[in-house]
Amino acid sequence: MSNAPVDTGRRRFLTAATAVVGGAGAAAVAVPFIKSWNPSAKAKAAGAPVEVNISKVEPGQLIRVEWRGKPVWVVRRTQEILDGLPAIDGQLRDPDSVEPQQPAYAQNTVRSIKAEFFIAVGLCTHLGCSPTYLPDTFGEQVEGVASGFFCPCHGSKFDMAGRVFQGVPAPLNLVIPPHQYLDDSTVLIGVDKGAA
Amino acid sequence: MVKNIVSWIDERIPMTATYNRHVGQYATPSNFNFWYFFGSLAMLVLVNQLLTGIWLTMNYVPTAEGAFASIEYIMRDVEYGWLLRYMHSTGASAFFVVIYLHMFRGLIYGSYQKPRELLWLFGMLIFLVLMAEAFMGYLLPWGQMSYWGAQVIISLFGAIPVIGDDLTLWIRGDFVVSGATLNRFFALHVIALPLVLVVLVFLHLIALHEVGSNNPDGIEIKKNKDENGWPKDGIPFHPYYTVKDIMGVAGFLIVFCYVLFFMPEGGGYFLEKPNFEAANPMKTPEHIAPVWYFTPFYAILRAIPDKLMGVIGMGLAIGVLFILPWLDRCNVKSIRYRSLTHKLNISQFAVSFLVLGYLGAVPATPALTIAARIFTITYFGFFLFLWIYSKNEKTKPVPERLTH
Amino acid sequence: MKKLLIALVALVPTLAVAAGGGAPLDKANIDLNDTESLQRGLELFQENCAGCHSTQYQRYGRVAEDLNIPIDEMRAKYLPEGAKIGELMENAIPDADAAKWFGAAPPDLTLVARVRGEDWIYSYLHGFYKDESRPFGVNNTIFPMVGMPHVLEDLQGLPVKQEDGTIVASGGALSAEEYDQVVRDITGFLVYSGDPIKLERERLGWWVLGFLFIFFIVAYLLKKEYWKDVH
Repeated sequence: MSNAPVDTGRRRFLTAATAVVGGAGAAAVAVPFIKSWNPSAKAKAAGAPVEVNISKVEPGQLIRVEWRGKPVWVVRRTQEILDGLPAIDGQLRDPDSVEPQQPAYAQNTVRSIKAEFFIAVGLCTHLGCSPTYLPDTFGEQVEGVASGFFCPCHGSKFDMAGRVFQGVPAPLNLVIPPHQYLDDSTVLIGVDKGAA
Repeated sequence: MVKNIVSWIDERIPMTATYNRHVGQYATPSNFNFWYFFGSLAMLVLVNQLLTGIWLTMNYVPTAEGAFASIEYIMRDVEYGWLLRYMHSTGASAFFVVIYLHMFRGLIYGSYQKPRELLWLFGMLIFLVLMAEAFMGYLLPWGQMSYWGAQVIISLFGAIPVIGDDLTLWIRGDFVVSGATLNRFFALHVIALPLVLVVLVFLHLIALHEVGSNNPDGIEIKKNKDENGWPKDGIPFHPYYTVKDIMGVAGFLIVFCYVLFFMPEGGGYFLEKPNFEAANPMKTPEHIAPVWYFTPFYAILRAIPDKLMGVIGMGLAIGVLFILPWLDRCNVKSIRYRSLTHKLNISQFAVSFLVLGYLGAVPATPALTIAARIFTITYFGFFLFLWIYSKNEKTKPVPERLTH
Repeated sequence: MKKLLIALVALVPTLAVAAGGGAPLDKANIDLNDTESLQRGLELFQENCAGCHSTQYQRYGRVAEDLNIPIDEMRAKYLPEGAKIGELMENAIPDADAAKWFGAAPPDLTLVARVRGEDWIYSYLHGFYKDESRPFGVNNTIFPMVGMPHVLEDLQGLPVKQEDGTIVASGGALSAEEYDQVVRDITGFLVYSGDPIKLERERLGWWVLGFLFIFFIVAYLLKKEYWKDVH
């Protein structure tokens, strides 16, 4: 060991420089490891927007389509149902859809682009069960309301616009997925207008 | 604050003491040269293999039907999957490059000699397990070379008298290499052998730190201590060899990343061309060669014109390295102070090993087979000569202190 | 010791040369940066090859993106009825039928360029010649006893092997130079298919090497600074 004087400043600077450059390198190496957990091209292909033909849906009928592995409902609401919606505002947590559970174009009283068709992700906002559609017997759950959605897991209730009732475990209205009408009888679920 | 935490831990486990013993106050000879980078580099590659390997299992499908397609899925559909896969495949070859150079270092500086026999044995076990690990890993992509390579290597066990055929059947779990083989190789490759490898590396390091590092002069620095008990030719591992090894890592990574990003197939040696074709049990590729790191031993196998003797010869080529500490009877370690005979012998051994590696990679022709036989003899000749001349070798005087 | 190292290094090129061998092949000279050539290659492949040979490990959407083809154009030109843009390109005939017609299922060609090399594909597509003894009336200089017809015969014309072993075609829709380009386009597309990340990988590689070079210099200076104590 030689006893030459040590330039501590230079030593400290070089140590810091090596640490910084090495640390940046380590961080960069972490990127592929982290990014590889993103949905793969296969998952993205499976999660691509879904086209649904809605011309054959009867009034009052619900059809289910799969989008990104989740059930998406398309319900054709009658004028009677639509007329009944404002009457129950008082019993709901978020009657005006203030919470961002829907795209801006569905933030209205009927929570849809076309009032006739209600399109929502059929998963309860409580713990993710799929609620049951009760077209005629919902009155047993909420007096005076003929139809709605009832979650069998923990008893959460939603009206025909997917709005959650008060006094149930679910905190939020049902999610409205991004969607757009390609023409009168076709709706594309999974992508906003203009984004495609 | 930090001090408090450290002392809190130190009262419970010997953290600082362990750090000082193995890093901060670990006395290391001050004259390490280029050859001494490869130990730490092997550690780096091991970590790389473990991490990328874990990540590859996240998308790899270990079935005969799904394996090949899942590799292409990783290469194309998983974000940065190609990078993880190439890091792993390039890492496999880098591992052997680094390990062979590390072993050669041990050979030229006599690092296997007393008192480092056990250190050498642990190292040899690591080499052995690494070969098994690499062989089983190579089956996983389920390409043509994976399949037929495994078929050939497993069939070697068939050369063993009496139990041979039953043994090959048992290893494969089927009448040919099949999904059953793939599944068990997968389990061994990703769980069992890495565990064994990590334990062996730990033991290798414990053995190293117990006896201390050898050096290019082959002098025991512990024999010359100052009044504080610190070896006069020793410097603490940290900071001197940590900063030196960081530099080594940077240099290594430049070469490694060049291969990784610009020639990941390694000229057809790291990823063999036929392996881009899915395994087909009905059709053997025209020319089967193992991956380059097995070719020296494969050449010895092919050189011997008898199935059983070939297998034994190949086994001996590896096995003889285990007893190297007892074959070398000279008490001078480093090549620097040994006889010209020894220098020539080591040189011819290195040449034999490389030429055998080349011969194992190309198709056998009669002339090349004769060459392989000659170099097989010189390969084993190294050990025999060593044993003979090392008893009364004319060595140069070994200095008391390191020469730098 | 140094001499030994030099000897070791000197052996490396010997190893590299040994990788070659086989029949002499023509140089394909493809350029992966030539997107238009790759686009033509895709079109030619889909028209002439994809009927039998799939490229089942790649997806339509990714090919469109890499080759700068608008999604709508990709969809209109190449997607089978009802297929989605993100799907794998598995549009070939079922293996069982193929085996019945050709004796063996036509192989998937996604990775053929990595198995055979670009020059092989280029030479193979130039290697067909008239041979009445073969089931499809043609043989191939690069792939003797080939089990497929000469699909590009309309473009190249009927190739006839001359006395000296060269192949001369006549009566095709294209001149010899135009045919070379067609084959080069197809080869380029297959080289792209085999390793679609290549250009991106090399681009990233320069950044990585640049970074490591800086890291090496800093680490070298740090090492030198500390080792002043020792030397």
